[in-house]
Amino acid sequence: MLIKKHQYLAFVLPAVFFILLIIVVPFLIGIYYSFTDSNGLRSSFIGWKNFEVLFQDSTFLQSFWLTVKFSFVSVILINLVGLAFALIVTSHNNRLTKSLRTIFFMPNLIGGILLGFIWQFIFTSAFQAIAAAFHLDFFKGWLSNPSTGFWGIVILFVWQMSGYIMLIYISFLNAIPKNTIQAAVLDGAKATQIFFFIQLPQLAPAFTISLFLTLANSFKLYEQNLALTNGGPYRSTEMISMYIYNTAFVNFQQGYAQAAGIILFLCVTIVSFIQLALSRKREG
Amino acid sequence: MKKSTKILLGFLFGIIALFWFYPFIIVIINALKGKRGIFQNPLWFTRDFTFSNFKTAYQALDFTSSFFNSLVITVASVIVITLVSAAAAYALSRVKGPFSSILYYLCAGTMLIPFQSIMIPLLSLFGKVNFLNRTSLVIMNTGLSVSLSIILFYGAFQGVSKTLDEAAALDGAYPFKTFVYIIFPAVSPMTGTVVILNAMKIWNDYLLPSLVVNKDGMYTIPLKMYSFFGETNSQWQLALAGLVLSMVPIIILFLLLQKQVMTSVTEGAIK
Repeated sequence: MLIKKHQYLAFVLPAVFFILLIIVVPFLIGIYYSFTDSNGLRSSFIGWKNFEVLFQDSTFLQSFWLTVKFSFVSVILINLVGLAFALIVTSHNNRLTKSLRTIFFMPNLIGGILLGFIWQFIFTSAFQAIAAAFHLDFFKGWLSNPSTGFWGIVILFVWQMSGYIMLIYISFLNAIPKNTIQAAVLDGAKATQIFFFIQLPQLAPAFTISLFLTLANSFKLYEQNLALTNGGPYRSTEMISMYIYNTAFVNFQQGYAQAAGIILFLCVTIVSFIQLALSRKREG
Repeated sequence: MKKSTKILLGFLFGIIALFWFYPFIIVIINALKGKRGIFQNPLWFTRDFTFSNFKTAYQALDFTSSFFNSLVITVASVIVITLVSAAAAYALSRVKGPFSSILYYLCAGTMLIPFQSIMIPLLSLFGKVNFLNRTSLVIMNTGLSVSLSIILFYGAFQGVSKTLDEAAALDGAYPFKTFVYIIFPAVSPMTGTVVILNAMKIWNDYLLPSLVVNKDGMYTIPLKMYSFFGETNSQWQLALAGLVLSMVPIIILFLLLQKQVMTSVTEGAIK
């Protein structure tokens, strides 16, 4: 053994310290909190009460359901757009496709708050101008209506994430041996046949990765939600992260908010285990 | 493919790209206008053209100070994260045993926990001892990022042959020296990935800083942008100029390091 015990500890202990202090300890305290009526100053143990009330709290249920709906829609759209982009930029290798790659990826560099403000301007001012110029009511008042407000967040998120997911698909598309495709072309395969019979099957692991990455990210979405609609009108576009934040730091029901946080954790964990099981099954 | 189809496809792709890029364009165009120009036509340039919004926004955002706060917090966090996680990952990759596996699973497990599920107790923990400032933000950023970084480094160290360690040991080097001078430099591409991934995340973060350093003199760019946006009261020309200022640093950096950034992002997602 080259590394002695005390040396080993010197290497790993800083990391252990940070993980325990910032994640494990708060997580354990959090589990306890979720069984209390803490308001940040004082708290007493109330058993399962928070969870019982949560499942009858229409604001919570609405934000939870909205998050599920949002995740479902955005996962599908982001993966479709991301895959389409990946196919576009890998179709040729020239200066155009290189700059396309940059452009498609660029929104991913910008933080959620800034993204929210950019799109707030588009959905209010720019859409208003389009509505006035072409007499299209479709473009009116997007953020003052619960349903278009919802789609506004979806559009923003698709714009942000598609370029990211594109990169994952690109790396799997590039891993397909060039001569497989050349052979298919020589045999007279059409572009659609190449896509469905050669590329698509090779992309299976990319689907799993991308699907769950988008799912996890959309479940945790907060900043875009805050800067674009701030949950409005009337908390109708408030997703679960914002619900937790507002309950804890605006209404000071910290124990209750923490119970919602535990539910969020359980959802993310279940989703991750499904992913793990799926990719294990494929490898095995 | 026929030449005409090729040109047609290129044209179509160009239009898609333009459409995708248009949100950036519209922000820049309207940042260069007065209030009236935005009202007249927000979709394109009008005769109303001015640079003055940038000056006003720069001052209102206290941009020099917010920029340096963002920079200091990001750089400090990234340095600590990189050192702490590389050291731990090195030990994990070289010493196999129950403690190493427990630690590895601890990293994988803590990655599952969403920040929103720990933010309330985390804040009350640090709030109780009155430790909410830039230093504690760096500590929290580190705790939230080491798990993924350790797993990324672990993969890279596995790929470095142990004969290097043995040769160094024969030459009389201590493990610490071997790590610093031989093994760590050997994984520099992965170090680049870890640095870029964490820097992007921390630079853009809003939620955690809003809970920890939401006070005068400590504002980061996203924090200041959020409060500035509230103050501008639908004076879009100022808000948009502020947005442009806030986006410029990261976009310039990206254009310089483009290839490396995209590789890093892909690696971070796939590993």
